[in-house]
Amino acid sequence: MLRTTLAAALVAGAAAAQDDPVQIVYIPKNTGNPYFDSLVAGFEDACAEIGCEFSQAAPATAEATSQIPFVTAQIQRGVDVIAISPNSPDALNQVFDRARQRGIVVLAVNGDIVGSEEHRDAAILPVDFTKTGPGQVELLGSMIDYEGQIAILSATTDAPDQNTWIRDMEATLAEDERYAGMELVATVYGDDEPQKSTTEAEALLQTYPDLRGIISPTTVGVAAAAQVIQSAGVAEEVKLTGLGTPNQMRPFIQDGTVEAVQLWSPYNEGWLASHFAVGLVRGEIANEVGETFEVPNLGTITIGEMNVINTQAELTTFDASNIDEYDF
Amino acid sequence: MTDASETRAAAGARPLWQVVLIRPEAMTLALLLGAFVVATRLSPFFADATFILESATFYVEYAIVALVLTLVIVSGEIDLSGAAMMAASACVFGALHQAGLPIGLGVAGAVAAGALMGAFNGVLVLVFGLPSIIVTIGTLTLYRGLAQVLAGDRSIGGFPGWFVGIDWRVWLGVPLPVILFVAVAAGLAVFLGMTATGRQIHQIGTSPEAARHAGIRVRRIKMGLFVGMGVASAAAGLLTASRLASVRYDLATGAELQMVLMVMLGGTYIFGGRGTILGTFLAAWLLVIIATGMTVANVPITSQLIVMGLLLIVSIIATNAIYARTQR
Repeated sequence: MLRTTLAAALVAGAAAAQDDPVQIVYIPKNTGNPYFDSLVAGFEDACAEIGCEFSQAAPATAEATSQIPFVTAQIQRGVDVIAISPNSPDALNQVFDRARQRGIVVLAVNGDIVGSEEHRDAAILPVDFTKTGPGQVELLGSMIDYEGQIAILSATTDAPDQNTWIRDMEATLAEDERYAGMELVATVYGDDEPQKSTTEAEALLQTYPDLRGIISPTTVGVAAAAQVIQSAGVAEEVKLTGLGTPNQMRPFIQDGTVEAVQLWSPYNEGWLASHFAVGLVRGEIANEVGETFEVPNLGTITIGEMNVINTQAELTTFDASNIDEYDF
Repeated sequence: MTDASETRAAAGARPLWQVVLIRPEAMTLALLLGAFVVATRLSPFFADATFILESATFYVEYAIVALVLTLVIVSGEIDLSGAAMMAASACVFGALHQAGLPIGLGVAGAVAAGALMGAFNGVLVLVFGLPSIIVTIGTLTLYRGLAQVLAGDRSIGGFPGWFVGIDWRVWLGVPLPVILFVAVAAGLAVFLGMTATGRQIHQIGTSPEAARHAGIRVRRIKMGLFVGMGVASAAAGLLTASRLASVRYDLATGAELQMVLMVMLGGTYIFGGRGTILGTFLAAWLLVIIATGMTVANVPITSQLIVMGLLLIVSIIATNAIYARTQR
């Protein structure tokens, strides 16, 4: 029986190599993170349209090594493309190398492996990340008249994107005269877990009674912080902004707990990644810096330095005036 | 009293097939075979020896520690700090490497650190007479903290090429970490099953008082086992460092539960006195088969956790039932 199964697997593998639809798997950071549901929807819709085969697999925790067995399993499944939102900037390098040796395209989606770029084929990022940190500081600054103590509630201490943004925020606060009245008093980490994020946000309010604002550049953190501010009834005293999905933040924006949050469209990332991946596998797109290609609804996309592809130019700001137009 | 003697008489009269078959290890073996069949049916990509052995390299790191943990539990103690000692030893290695010391010294330093941490557990349990479960819950936090002090929030890498990727090195088609696991299992099976000290470990676990009266050096043997835990954890930490080409303080987070799971699934009696290395060896493979089988079949992680939890409960009930039946 074992032999027949093996034979069947071999036949299936051979058939897939010829003219079956391109097989794409997406590995998010962890399960139960609504942000990635929207990204997955982008993949699914694109694959329904252009005829790729999509599946997803996610580990239980966003710990640095938790995705490794999943990548190994997908190599074994013989997929054509592994799209992944990496949990670590370097712990996955070895297994990525192994996948690429077998001819699998490895795409970092929604976050890059900064410093290890040579271990993946390309990165599909939501926006130009260099503008995220300064953009968030400006948004919070405008809410608190550029005065007072502020704090950052981030994801894990190792989250590559959040750390980049936090560095940019610190640089912006230190260098731009406009923000001289704002003082960053603490950066805390909620590990992208609702419970821990809630505890950390409560601790911020306790420790810094004069706190004027919180930036939480992660969807889990900003929702938890909004909940804390709502329960404590301090929406007037402590302003909150960050990166949040419209569906999660809608109640807080409608009742005035939060004035505005920012984000991009994760849906478009999945949509773009599918089109790019299929074009790459079929040889219609060359994975070279400066190469351009057309994606329906998104227009002309350019492959940037280090094979980074930005889905949109600027962050979208969601406030009471426009939040009802978005559903993700 | 009459009950006990009746049971004993009945046990004495048991036919040979019962003695051989009604053992916890037989249950583990049955589960292992069952899991293999199910996994083969779940996905056509599963039944591939190369893939299974490759995936096993993730789990044998924990399994090596679980083998020594089996001895500790048979002796009537427990050590939950294995995973934290893995991380701390690996971070000692990383820190020594970063300080410019040769790899050999780094390895020696990591092993020495493991032995020291194990000895510290031993001193708290044996000299101060504290319960080992409480001591090691405390030290697992302490050692994890030590790892964080050494490595900070970043990963340490840049090890030389020959040190990196031990899981890629194969001998007769079997990755080196798996060979090491089999060798350690064979050695410890002989030690526990066939030497005088092995028998003494069983006696200590069955009744420490009787063992002491019989002239067995209970404290010396237990101390040796705690130090052995530290050394095995250090070895496992070094395997991880080689596989990932980097070390981090949160390496093997939560692995203490997997280690205990392996020992319990292998039919070792949680209150001491009974258990075999063969059981833990089989249980480690059971976990490998279940985890890789479900992952390669894209079974959602939530269902995977439910299966693992149920399995643990079933195995504990079965183990207890079997031991109750064969007198105790």
